[in-house]
Amino acid sequence: MADMNVASVETKRLPNGNLLPEILRDWFEDRDWMPHRHQLEMLEAARDGVDTLLIAPTGGGKTLAGFLPSMIDIAQNPSDGLHTLYVSPLKALAVDVERNLTVPISEMNLPIRVETRTGDTPQHKRQRQRFDPPEMLLTTPESLALLLSYSDAPRYFSNLRTIVVDEIHAMAGNKRGDQLALCLARLKSLAPCCRRVGLSATVAWPKALSVWLAPGVAPEAVRIISGEDGAEADVSILMTKAEMPWSGHSGVHALPEVYNEIKKAQNTIVFVNTRGLSEVVFQELWRLNEQNLSIALHHGSLSRENRRKVEAAMAAGQLRAVVATSSLDLGIDWADVDLVVQMGAPKGVSRLIQRVGRSAHRLDRPSRAILVPGNKFEVLECRAALEAVTESSLDGDPPGEGGLDVLAQHIMIVACSGPFNPDLLYHEVTAAAPYAGLLRKDFDDVLAFVDHGGYALRTYERWRRLHLQEDGTYRLRSSGIARRLRMNIGTIVEAETLKVRMRGGRVLGEVEEYFAMGLEPGDTFVFAGRILRFETIREQVLIASSALNAEPKVPAYIGGRLPLTTHLADRVRTILSDPNRWRDLPAQVQEWLQLQRYRSGLPGEDELLIETFRRREREYLVAYCFEGRNAHQTLGMLLTRRMERMGYAPMGFVATDYVIAVWGLAEVTNLDTLFDEDMLGDDLEAWMDESSMLKRTFRNIAVIAGLIERNYPGKRKTGRQVTFSSDLIYDTLRRHEPNHILLRATRQDAARGLTDIRRLGDMLRRIKGRIRHCRLDRASPLAVPILLEVGKERINGSVDDLLLGEAAEQLIAEAIK
Amino acid sequence: MNPIAAFDFCGTQLIADAEGALIWLDQSLLVVADLHLEKGSAYGASGTFLPPYDSRTTLQRLETLLANYSPKTVVCLGDSFHDTCAGARMATTDLKKLSDLTCEREWVWVAGNHDPSLPVGLGGSIEGIFELGPVKFRHEAADGVVYGEVSGHYHPKARIRSRGRTMSSRCFVTDGRRLILPAFGAYAGGLNVLDPALGAILGCNLVVYALRNGFVHKVGRRSLATELEPAQSALV
Repeated sequence: MADMNVASVETKRLPNGNLLPEILRDWFEDRDWMPHRHQLEMLEAARDGVDTLLIAPTGGGKTLAGFLPSMIDIAQNPSDGLHTLYVSPLKALAVDVERNLTVPISEMNLPIRVETRTGDTPQHKRQRQRFDPPEMLLTTPESLALLLSYSDAPRYFSNLRTIVVDEIHAMAGNKRGDQLALCLARLKSLAPCCRRVGLSATVAWPKALSVWLAPGVAPEAVRIISGEDGAEADVSILMTKAEMPWSGHSGVHALPEVYNEIKKAQNTIVFVNTRGLSEVVFQELWRLNEQNLSIALHHGSLSRENRRKVEAAMAAGQLRAVVATSSLDLGIDWADVDLVVQMGAPKGVSRLIQRVGRSAHRLDRPSRAILVPGNKFEVLECRAALEAVTESSLDGDPPGEGGLDVLAQHIMIVACSGPFNPDLLYHEVTAAAPYAGLLRKDFDDVLAFVDHGGYALRTYERWRRLHLQEDGTYRLRSSGIARRLRMNIGTIVEAETLKVRMRGGRVLGEVEEYFAMGLEPGDTFVFAGRILRFETIREQVLIASSALNAEPKVPAYIGGRLPLTTHLADRVRTILSDPNRWRDLPAQVQEWLQLQRYRSGLPGEDELLIETFRRREREYLVAYCFEGRNAHQTLGMLLTRRMERMGYAPMGFVATDYVIAVWGLAEVTNLDTLFDEDMLGDDLEAWMDESSMLKRTFRNIAVIAGLIERNYPGKRKTGRQVTFSSDLIYDTLRRHEPNHILLRATRQDAARGLTDIRRLGDMLRRIKGRIRHCRLDRASPLAVPILLEVGKERINGSVDDLLLGEAAEQLIAEAIK
Repeated sequence: MNPIAAFDFCGTQLIADAEGALIWLDQSLLVVADLHLEKGSAYGASGTFLPPYDSRTTLQRLETLLANYSPKTVVCLGDSFHDTCAGARMATTDLKKLSDLTCEREWVWVAGNHDPSLPVGLGGSIEGIFELGPVKFRHEAADGVVYGEVSGHYHPKARIRSRGRTMSSRCFVTDGRRLILPAFGAYAGGLNVLDPALGAILGCNLVVYALRNGFVHKVGRRSLATELEPAQSALV
C-alpha cells in the first residue's frame, strides 16, 4: 500500500514517458527507478479524466500510483485549497501514507502540503485545517462525515479535484462503506468535477466494485487497471513429522518446525485465526525460542500503544517475527517480510491471498507462505485453499444494499451543514451505489424518523428537530442538536469491553465483557503474551496480576472466529469425495480417509452423509454439512427443536466448520423429514424471536440512527445514570409499531448478517432426496474430531459432558481399530 | 421455574409475580412500583424521540395482572408518573384507561420523588406511607433499622452468573426485613442489587427473585455479579 518501492527491476521501456513531467522523471532516474506500467496507466486515466479503479496486490507502488496524478497536477497548476482527499479505513494507514508521501514531495520540492485528519488530530490543528486546508488531506470515513457536517463544507471542498479511496474492498458492503458512499455522493454535489480513484486488493467482483466506486456513470466508463501480479506465490502445506491432532485449531504440534522456518527467514508474519490462539502460539514460540529471536504479538485487543510499538519495530526491521490476527490483514506494509505462516486453516481464499501477499512485496521475489493445519480435517481445507490460490479463484460476496440507520445519520449530517431540499437530497442519496434502489417511501420514513421519530402516534410534533421553511427546505432547529450529532458520528458500534490492568501497573489492552464476567477470582488466563491471574473488577477495569508457572485458562474471544467461506467449503467437499485427489495429502490423513471409506462411507459431492450410531447409552447423529460453524450452530438449534417435536428427545449438539453432531435418547430414523427445507419456516421464525440476535441488531441500529446517543456533551454516562435500555425499547416498539422504520432496518440488517441462513437454505435444497445414511455400530474415523469437541462445549444449559473424563484415546482406538 | 414465587416476609405470605407485581392474597392486595408513565415522552423536548408507547405497554401489563388476580386494592409505590407534566403528555386513550382502572377498585398512590402530585381525573387516594398489618408500604426505604418495610425507588436488577455467562434481569430483593420491588414501567432502567447505594440499606443475607422471560428465579448472593460498564473505546 504505502510503499514507495517503485519497481527497480521493471524492464519495459516507458511507452508514454511524456506523461511524467521532467521533475518526476528526474526523480525516478536519480533513484534508478522506473515507474510501473499501472502507475503510468493511472496517469493516462487522470489525463482522460475518468474514474478509475486500481486492483493490485499489496505493495507494488499502489498508493503512489493513486497519488502521482495529483502530485503532477498540483506541481503544474498550484492549487487553491484542498485538491486531493484520501480516505482509508485505518487511521494508522493515513499516518503511514503521510510519511511516505512527504519523502518524494520534499525531495522534489513540490508545493504540496500533506496532512492527516482523523480522530487523533488535535483540536488546534483541526481548526487551522478548516481555514487553511492542505493540498492533500488524508482521512477516514468518519472524519470525512464530520467535515461534511460543517456549514463551510461547500467552500472547503469546492476546489476538490481527486478523491482516493484506499482499501476500498474492505469498506464496500459494510456500514462504514455505506457512510462513505453517501459522503462521496455529497462530495459529487459540492465538487461536480471531482474524479474518483479506488485502490483495491484483488477481489472476486471487480465490476461490482467499480460500480460501487462510481455509480451512475456507465460501467464501462470506469477504467479498471490491474497491477502486476508479481511473481507466483510459493505456498505450501507444512508436512509435519509430528502426529497430526484429531481436534483443535492451533497447530501447536508443529511449532518446532515453524520456529525453524522463522530462523531461516528474515522477517516472518505468523497469522493466527483468533486472538485467543494467537496468545497460545506466541507463548509456545517463546518457549521454543532458544536463540532469543525478537518475536512480537499483535492483535486487536491489545492497547493501541502496544500495537503501535509493534508496528514501528516491524517497520524498522527490528523484529524477526510477529504473531498476528486479522488486525494485520489491512494496514501498513512492511516490504521486507519474506515469509508468511498461516496457523490453522485459512477459512477463506481471498483472505489467504491477501495474507500471502504480505510477503515479498518486491514483486521480483515470489511470496512465500506456509499453511499449518491444526487437525486432520484442516489438512483438507488447507489443500483446498492452496489449490484455489494457485488458480486465483476468489471468494466473497459483492456489496449489497445500504443500511437505513446509516441513511438516518447521513440526513442529520446534511441537516447540520445547512438547509436542504428533500427532493434534491433523495436524488443525491440514490446516486450512492448502496442506495441506488432506495424507495422514496423509505427515504421519507427515514426523514420522518430524523424529524420527529416517525411514529404513528405523533407525540413529538411540537419538538421536531427540523423546521420546514417556506421555500420547501428543511433547517435544523437548534445548534445543540448539531453538537450532539457531531459527537456521535460513525457506524462502528463496538462490543462492550473492559480494560485489563496489572495491579498497580499499566493497561495491557481490552477483553470483551462476557469473557471478564465468566472469570472467578484466582482464574488464570493468557493475555498480551503473558499469563495473568484475575483479581477483581474495579471501576470498569479488570485488575490482574502476574501468574508465573500457572496453567492458563485461554480466552475465547467473540471477534476472533472467522467463518468458512462457501467457496472453500465446496472445494473441501470435492476433495473428500474423490479419492484420486488424496495423493497430495499427508500419509496419515490418507489412511484416515481410507479407513473411513471402508468403515462407513464418504459424502459424494452433492450428497449429505449422515451417520447414526449408539454409544454409551446415547444415540448420535453426525451430519457432514460443510457449511461453516455459524450455519451449523443455527442448524443445531433448529434440528433439536424439531427432534424434540418428533419425540427423539435430543440432549445437545455441537458444531464445527465441517460437521454437526446431535445426541439424544432415541434413534433417529426419519431423516428426510428431519432435514426438510420447511425447517427454515416456522421453526426459524420462532427461534429468531427468542434469540437475542435481533435485540443486538436493534441496539446497533438505534445507536447509528441516533435514537440512543453514545456520547453527551460534557458528561460520560455512569452506572447510576443508566437512562434506558435498548432491549426495553425494542420490545415496546415491536409490540405497538412492528413496521416502524427502525424495525424494518433491523430486519434488513439481520437478513444481511444472516448469510448463514441462506447457506442453510441452499444446502437443504441441494441435499433433498440425496441423504446418504449410514447406520454404524460405533463412531466412524471421520466422526472422531467432532466427538472430541463434545466434551469441550456446553450446550443447552443441561451440561451433559458425555465424553468428559473419558479418555480421548479410547474413542480414537475404538473408531480406528 | 415458575411464573410466580411465594415466600414468607415478616409473618406474611407474599407472591412475586414474573411481571414484577407483588401480591398479598390474604389482603387481596396487589402492589407495583415505579410505573414511570410517560418516561419516553419526557425525552422528547431534548430531541430524543423514544417510541411513545411505554405508558400503553405498562398499562396493558397492569390490566392483565388485575384481570388475573382481581385484587380489591392496588398500591402504587410512587414514581408512578415520570414527572409532574406526564399527565399532560399522556395520550387521551391511555389517560382514560388509567382513570377507568383506578375508579374500579380501591387504589392507593404512594407519593414518590418524581410525582408529588397526580394528574386530575384519576381515582384513588394519595398517601405518604401506607400501612397494613405488620407491613409499611413507602416509596423509598427509610434510614435505620426497620421490620416489614416494602418499597420501590431503586429499580433493583440482578446480574446472574451462570456457567461462565451472565444475564441481567429486574428483580425483587429482600434481606428478610425489607423488600424492594422492581420497577414496573416499560422503560424503567435498573440498579444492580450489589450497588453500594443498595448495600447501605440491605443486610447481607440477600435473596433475589429475578424475573426472566415470564419466570421467577430465586437466586442467592453467591450467584450475583456486580455491574460493569464498557471501557471507553476509541473510534476510528
